[in-house]
Amino acid sequence: YLFFSLSTPQENTDPQRTAFLLRKQWALYSVTPLYKFCDAHLKDYARLLSAFIAAEKQKGLAVEIGVELDIKVAVSSVPDLKGSDRDQAAILVQLSLRSPASLKNSEEKLVWSGCFCCVFGDHLSENVPEDFTCLPLFLVNGAESYTSLVGSWFQKTFDCCFRRLAISPLNLSWMATMWTGCKVDKSTSAVELIFSVPCQPYPLDISYAIHPEDAKALWDTVQKTPGEITQEEVDVFMDCLYSHFHRHFKIHLSATKLVKVSTAVASAHCDGMIKFLQSKYLTGVLMLLTELAISQIQ
Amino acid sequence: MERRRRSETPKQQVHHKNQTDLSAWRKGKKSDPEKSVQSHQSPNDEKNESKQGSLEEALSYFEKVQERVSLKKNNALQKHLTTVESIALEKGLPPEGFDVLLKVALSGKLADTVNTRLLKSLVPASVIPEDSVVSSVSLLCVSKCSASTQLLFLRWLITMFDFIDHKEQLHALYGFFFSFLQDEKMCPYVCHLLYLLTRKESGESVQLYEMEYHFGMQSHLQALLSLYKLFCPELVTITLPGKMKTYFKNSEGPWKAVINAVRRRNQENSAVLKPLVLGTAQPQSRKRKWNTQVLIPASSANRSNLEEDREKQLVNLYSMDESFPVEQLQTFPQLLQNIHRLEFPSQMGSVLTNPLLLHYMNCIKDESIYLRLYYWMGQTLQEECTWCVVDNSQYEEEFKAFLETVYKTECFLQEGFSSCEEFLYKSLPLWDGFCCRSQVLRLVSWIPLSSFSEMKSHLYDPLVQLFFTSSLYFKCSVLESLKELLQNWLNWHMIHLDSESDSQAQSSNTTLSGLVNTVAELIHFVGWISTVALRLENNPTFLLYFILDFYEIVCDMYLRYNLPLLIMPPAGIFYPALLSMDSVSLNQLCYIMYRYRTNLVAAKENELSKKKILQFKFSSQTYQEYNQYIVAMVGCLWTSSAFQKDTHPQGLRMDDELLKKIAVQDFKSSFNIVYHPALMGYALLFLQQAWPDDTTFNFSLIKGKRWNWYLEYLYSQGLKGLKVFIESSINRVSQASHNKTENMQDEKFI
Repeated sequence: YLFFSLSTPQENTDPQRTAFLLRKQWALYSVTPLYKFCDAHLKDYARLLSAFIAAEKQKGLAVEIGVELDIKVAVSSVPDLKGSDRDQAAILVQLSLRSPASLKNSEEKLVWSGCFCCVFGDHLSENVPEDFTCLPLFLVNGAESYTSLVGSWFQKTFDCCFRRLAISPLNLSWMATMWTGCKVDKSTSAVELIFSVPCQPYPLDISYAIHPEDAKALWDTVQKTPGEITQEEVDVFMDCLYSHFHRHFKIHLSATKLVKVSTAVASAHCDGMIKFLQSKYLTGVLMLLTELAISQIQ
Repeated sequence: MERRRRSETPKQQVHHKNQTDLSAWRKGKKSDPEKSVQSHQSPNDEKNESKQGSLEEALSYFEKVQERVSLKKNNALQKHLTTVESIALEKGLPPEGFDVLLKVALSGKLADTVNTRLLKSLVPASVIPEDSVVSSVSLLCVSKCSASTQLLFLRWLITMFDFIDHKEQLHALYGFFFSFLQDEKMCPYVCHLLYLLTRKESGESVQLYEMEYHFGMQSHLQALLSLYKLFCPELVTITLPGKMKTYFKNSEGPWKAVINAVRRRNQENSAVLKPLVLGTAQPQSRKRKWNTQVLIPASSANRSNLEEDREKQLVNLYSMDESFPVEQLQTFPQLLQNIHRLEFPSQMGSVLTNPLLLHYMNCIKDESIYLRLYYWMGQTLQEECTWCVVDNSQYEEEFKAFLETVYKTECFLQEGFSSCEEFLYKSLPLWDGFCCRSQVLRLVSWIPLSSFSEMKSHLYDPLVQLFFTSSLYFKCSVLESLKELLQNWLNWHMIHLDSESDSQAQSSNTTLSGLVNTVAELIHFVGWISTVALRLENNPTFLLYFILDFYEIVCDMYLRYNLPLLIMPPAGIFYPALLSMDSVSLNQLCYIMYRYRTNLVAAKENELSKKKILQFKFSSQTYQEYNQYIVAMVGCLWTSSAFQKDTHPQGLRMDDELLKKIAVQDFKSSFNIVYHPALMGYALLFLQQAWPDDTTFNFSLIKGKRWNWYLEYLYSQGLKGLKVFIESSINRVSQASHNKTENMQDEKFI
């Protein structure tokens, strides 16, 4: 199959307004279409969600009275975060903590954020009726306990399902290849691939770091048509890296499992974690992740 | 002394009250229907009556116990104790029983083991009267019972706190409980109890300073203090640590399971509507992930209280068209009355356990309903699948129950879910054929019929690998589920034909030729695996039964299901059935061949009369195959000429030379209804009945008129398939030439 590279035009996005996504670890989830979700009710959703969180926090935990903390919920739309006009604007959910101590100076501490988005997910949204809103990719930064509360509320309210979005080694090698080929202004960080060998009692991890310029040079010899990447090219690129490694260390990396890829563009872990590092390539990475999320829910 | 007097007063009062209440409870169930659990169980009345009698006896026994009685030596005590325990465990105790039993358990009259057993069986059927609790607290104050009984009582009180009908008098005893804080062992439980009892005003009356001074900072005290601090921050001066997870010891241990069981049982008995098809009582499973989906959500209406909705409600007040909350939907009449204003629950998954909503779903053909269910079910099946997802194997029972529910829903709706189909296609290649076996195979039978058949790569290929390498039982299960699959497709086709002729609409995306091809593919597949299985397993009757069962549907498709398709079984099935040692298989085969004949004859007549322009014609090959089989059958059952006349390439035909070589003397007569191995037993019994004195078993006696008698005998033995076959497929010549049966009679061709 064929992917277009990451350098999609994105004049319409203001990098300032999507900067909150950068340089943080985000856990990835796929979400089935939200039923009867309406953009016009975001304020009400925030109110209901905050009531839900307060109720859930008290349920069965009456003994924690006295250490109660005030949680503020904000639900907002991020119109800049989408691929095409047919995509639904992203929805950002933020939980902030107002501890009694800081109540006076109205200081709020952001403790959890979750972002529902859809970047070039037309092929999903085209096929569902109007009652459904397609935001198949859900990014989470914050404690699992809050994820659980927010997720449960969304499940109950919009009849949707959340699933962790793991990234397969095949998709990781795609990411490694695509991101290697991207032009980054201050290209200082190495391309790092981490492989895992399942062995007892602890798995053995192998870290393989390549100078970004070397990797880029290698990729340029592999890629046939600029702007396009094929599965075959990805295989060739990875095989070159593997044989180089084998020449030095006599280890066949192809027999191990690729678990993590870090480049100057982004880093991704097979467990479904991502860190965006370049605002220029944000849309491109999100597009790929949207694609993966859609394939998980269909 | 003062204390004691105080404690006696409420006790007397309660005692009196108890007497009247108990008698009311004894006499009839009308006194207080809410308190009496038995009111709804008319079928069990008799049983209850006898048990009520003995509970009554037990209570009056415990009421009268005066001195210390040993359990071992006293049969009456043993008997009454067991009665109390079994009734408590089964349906809980009536409110009136608590006073007597609490009093005797805390009075110290009986041994500690008895007291423990009594306390453990104090499970309420409905509520616990406050008076009985107050009087038992007074007994606790006089410390007649042992320390362990005191502790158990406190734990009981904490566990049952919510069951006590009023708590005003109990609050009045706050100070008494507070004094128990001094007791080191009781302190943790008393803290918990005080925590439950504390109201805003209680804290003020308490000497908190003293408490802080006396006790250390155990977690249970911290909990109580944090509560006091919340109510009266000025009285509690010490600082408490910010967060602590558990403050109190778990008290409910001995009772929790029983309370739940009793509550569930009582709910079941009182439920107005018994679940029609599906059980609504799902076993509660521990929550392992927040997004775990194997738990089917409860039905509840969407409660989002939005501005827009409020406006709508205002409007609706005038139009009287308010929606009916699904939680209130309990009975079928309710469904009928409110069907116009019913809303689906906020989570569609909950319809799976709600037969009424399934009925409703059947009426409302709304795409979004199916789409919501599709997403939820698809994600749940994939996420919870025990053989596709690592670490899920420990939840196999839950997953099994879930698959079971999905299957039952499909049966109820009489249609398969596409999410389920996709799940099977994805997961079957990874399936070991063992995990959730019967559930998976049952789901296979509901795979929807589609014209574009992907069945081979998605279903048949993974299934066939397991089929050939698994046990006989597995093979039979697969055949059974494929039979169900065929039947479901044919039923779907029938319904579809009906609805199409009604509406004249060509809405179907399934063409008839596509359907015929898909069905034919399934039948050929089953024919192939059955042939191989018979050879692998050496023709067991058990397997043959399942195979022929499948063909009982195949042979009747034209007439029963209006499908222009008939496929004969392969020789690898036909001959093992024909030569089976078992009359059941032979009889089944006869019936199947009779139905093939009926169907083929009808098809031929239709073709000849050309009532319709026939898009589909049975090929002449089908007729030819049928005729070949009929020759073999008549040769085997009637004319003893199978070796000579069978023309099927895989048939029984043998050269005379070869037959001579095998040195069987009467090979010519060795296959007919007398000598066929499946029927010889009947011939033997027939001879015994006809000529009881003859012990030579001369089978050649069965001919002419006796041949007919023998036939009648066979029919009377339940071989109905044989009867319809012989009557339809064999040309009988006139009575006169009966002595020449063998040569004169012949098979009927089509």
